[in-house]
Amino acid sequence: MPLEAYVAVSAALFVIGIACMLSRRNVLYVLMGIEMILNAANINFVAFNRFSGDGLDGRMFAIFVIILAAAEAAVALAILLNVYHLFRSVKPSDADLLRE
Amino acid sequence: MDFLQFNPETDYKLLLAVPLIPVLGYVLQIFFGKQLKRGDILLTAGMFTSMCIALLMFAKALNAAYAGEVFLHESVKEWGGWGWLYQSEPGVNLVAGIFYDPLGAAMLAVVTVVSFCVHLFSTGYMHGDCRYRIFFANISLFTFAMLGLVLSDNLLFLFIFWELMGLMSYLLIGHFSHDAKSGFRGWATWASQKAFMTTRVGDVCLLVGMLMFHQHFETFQFTELWSAAAETVAANGGQYPAWMTVAGLFVFGGTIGKSAQFPLHIWLPDAMAGPTPVSAMIHAATMVAAGVFLLGRTYPLMSPMALEVITVVGATTALFAATIGLTSWDLKAVLAYSTISQLGFMVTAVGLGSVTAGMFHMTTHAFFKACLFLSAGSVIHGCHHEQDMRLMGGLRKKMPITFICMFVCTLAIAGIPLFSGFYSKDKIIMAGFERVLDHDHFSGAALYGLVALAIAAALTAFYMFRLIFLTFFGEYRGDQQEHRYSGMLDEHGRGGHIVYHDHDDHDDHGGNAHVPHESPKNITIPLMVLAFLGVFGGHFWLASSDPLANHSKPWFATMVSESTLYGDEISGWLSPEPHGHEALEHLEHLEHTAHLSAVGTSLTVALLGVFGAWLLYYRRRDIPAKVVAAVGPLYPLVANKYYIDELVTRYVIRPTLALCRALKWVDEKVVDGVVLGVGRLNRTAATVHAWFDGMFVDGLVNGVGHLTQAFGSIVRLIQTGRIQQYLSFAVAGSILLAAWLILS
Amino acid sequence: MEPASRVFYTLVTLASLLALGWGAFSAGAPGVSFALFAILTLGGGLMCIWERSVVRSAFSLMATFLGVAGLFLLLGADFLAMAQVLIYVGGILALILFGVMLSPPDLNERSLPRVLGGLAFAGGAAIWLGLRISASVTWATAEELPPMTSHAEEIGVGFLSPEQYVVPFELAAVLLTVALVAAVYIARRRSIDLFPEEDA
Repeated sequence: MPLEAYVAVSAALFVIGIACMLSRRNVLYVLMGIEMILNAANINFVAFNRFSGDGLDGRMFAIFVIILAAAEAAVALAILLNVYHLFRSVKPSDADLLRE
Repeated sequence: MDFLQFNPETDYKLLLAVPLIPVLGYVLQIFFGKQLKRGDILLTAGMFTSMCIALLMFAKALNAAYAGEVFLHESVKEWGGWGWLYQSEPGVNLVAGIFYDPLGAAMLAVVTVVSFCVHLFSTGYMHGDCRYRIFFANISLFTFAMLGLVLSDNLLFLFIFWELMGLMSYLLIGHFSHDAKSGFRGWATWASQKAFMTTRVGDVCLLVGMLMFHQHFETFQFTELWSAAAETVAANGGQYPAWMTVAGLFVFGGTIGKSAQFPLHIWLPDAMAGPTPVSAMIHAATMVAAGVFLLGRTYPLMSPMALEVITVVGATTALFAATIGLTSWDLKAVLAYSTISQLGFMVTAVGLGSVTAGMFHMTTHAFFKACLFLSAGSVIHGCHHEQDMRLMGGLRKKMPITFICMFVCTLAIAGIPLFSGFYSKDKIIMAGFERVLDHDHFSGAALYGLVALAIAAALTAFYMFRLIFLTFFGEYRGDQQEHRYSGMLDEHGRGGHIVYHDHDDHDDHGGNAHVPHESPKNITIPLMVLAFLGVFGGHFWLASSDPLANHSKPWFATMVSESTLYGDEISGWLSPEPHGHEALEHLEHLEHTAHLSAVGTSLTVALLGVFGAWLLYYRRRDIPAKVVAAVGPLYPLVANKYYIDELVTRYVIRPTLALCRALKWVDEKVVDGVVLGVGRLNRTAATVHAWFDGMFVDGLVNGVGHLTQAFGSIVRLIQTGRIQQYLSFAVAGSILLAAWLILS
Repeated sequence: MEPASRVFYTLVTLASLLALGWGAFSAGAPGVSFALFAILTLGGGLMCIWERSVVRSAFSLMATFLGVAGLFLLLGADFLAMAQVLIYVGGILALILFGVMLSPPDLNERSLPRVLGGLAFAGGAAIWLGLRISASVTWATAEELPPMTSHAEEIGVGFLSPEQYVVPFELAAVLLTVALVAAVYIARRRSIDLFPEEDA
């Protein structure tokens, strides 16, 4: 398949991730949206790596992104638990202490 | 005999086991000490194993020496080393290995024997101490540090173990600082800090010297350093470059700190704040020996000028500490100053160019000084932790074993013939005579060293016999409490009336607590072992049966000489063999004369000292008081150790503290004053302006405030605090940015 | 099933069939496999947004991750595909499910206009930008694609060789450690409490 096909899938997944982050009122969806966005980026990395000939850089970058995502998920879940503990809610709209 | 041949395949492993057994004991004792219950026995047994291995290895070295073989073994060349900071670039590689030469063999044997005796002694002496377990663990690690230092084949690892030893001495000297029952808790804390800080001055010097040598020679390995030095001097036309003198003196600075040479000797007398076994370790086998050992290892790096400085420092130390020893009343303090004095002897010997004599004296000294210290511990133990000699006396009958051990070791340290100290001290004086009588090598420093050493040797005999007469002869004075305050006490009252708190479970004496008694077996056995070595350590295994005729070539000189220490090449460079019949004859004549003069001098000064002590402290006890009155201000000067401590306090510690205080004052008065002044000024100005504010400014401020509030409420519409809304703003912003980038 | 969902899934199915047909038509068997994985990826994502239940959303996310892993396989990145399955499906998804379990169920939080609006807004922008880009940009691709071989060993060597990625690799290790410690630290119940009276 041509490069454009992969980039299109990646772009679509990115958009879905953005929409997921914006449209739901649960912090977990924000988390899932971020994972989708990172996956979209990974598809791009690997695809460009594949289509630009030999080399490892793109795949390496994808691996680091996965590592980052794992770390981020762990911290995010911990934050989520704390937010729930503080606000008795998992809606990001309720966590509006910054406003005060 | 095959098993006495050095076999690289097995023997390096054995050598490795010698330091590793104590460190294993340390780990066990620290982590499983409570479960072990009798960890002390385990550690002592471990030390015994270690000693046996060390003695086996020592036998191999001795065998090689008598067979006339070269005995220089480097594991890096023969077996392997441990790479550390290993890089492909040359000059940065650090490979640690084992260096086993005759000196190392002798040291290894001495350290393990003394350490084993100290371990055994401690099972009796320290019994009932509240930190008994930790004490044993620490003393094992202390031994490990010294063994590691002896086996190191490069300066860097020597330095690492050197520092470890500094730390362990800190912990051990301060042993009582955690003992609430102990009478000198504060003193122990203070003394441990003093020892640590004072030796640290020397350690920094050593580090600097070490790095200077590394910068020029690009190696830390001893053998490579020696040959590099030989090459450098040869390339420089036989002259030592100036930097080598400087670097050598820096390295010697390490010795000054660790081996308690003038002026950094002040820590050693106070080190007796630790338990007596620790003192024995520090004074005999470990701390102070390390400094002299370092000199032995780095001797080929020392330029003649550096050696002269070393001679002067060593001789000064020997003489000056001996005079202090004359006036002290504390049993352990006398021994401490005698150690400093004897260390001065060793350092002077190296400075005079006779490494053999210096190292030999270190070996014999280790045995008899350990024995003397442990005997002193036994006396103190027997007298219920009394250390003032004026409160002893007549103990000969009450503690016969201790008396005999201490007496023979006193004979040894005083330099009476047939006892080990005579041989080593005689060799040092002989080295001095060789330098002074030889016109080619004569120097003022050597003459000064010789005279100072001769006087110091007489003084040594005098104060050691003074100690014996005061402690073991005459009447027991322990019940005459008024003596305690009749004499002269130093300014802290130390050395005079330290009363160590008696252990609660110390019950091996009769009903009368004031009657001194002989110590139990686990205390006396190490004493006897060490006393035996103190007597015969100098001349066992002689080539001929007549010890007097052959005394310039005892086992140590056969085993350790410049050629066996540094290899033929280096020693040939250090002291070139004379060529021609005439030169040889001259040398022989010189040696003969020096030998005779040395024997005469040693004998004379020793007998003079013993006689003086007998006269003043046994026969005519009224004389010392008259002497004190006659010399006037000299006595307080010596009795107060030449006020060195006071000088250091006044000119080093106090200025530092004063500087700190001055800085604090500046901080408090000037900086804080400025701040506070500004504050006060502000307050005044504020009061003045308050009414103005109230009248005019408030209106303006309120107006501005209202304006800001109105503006804020507008902006607040988008500042919702909702992250999803912020996110959508961010997404929209990025899209706009992308669009602008693409379209423009 | 509510009517809106029926419409949504019908549309998704139709789009999938279209994609499959297009793939088969344009590239044969490889096209079909690509289309299958792309459908898995995007369909999972869409379902994640659409579903009311958080648990369902989370499980549909699994389809997305597996689809992406498939795309990696098609791109010759076998190691990465395995890592994707292991870390995302095995690790991150499990974490999210823990999050689901530890938070209260809230079934009525989806608002249809917001979902559709978000999709339309973001999708419209993406399509517009994509068209602009594809009109003006051509990507320099290799003349001939290299053969697909397993690169696991190459990646391992790359991680450990000082000339390549050892520093980022170590940094990633440090990052993971810090993140895990931080996560434990943050998640532990602490005394900072904004509404102490509620706890009482």
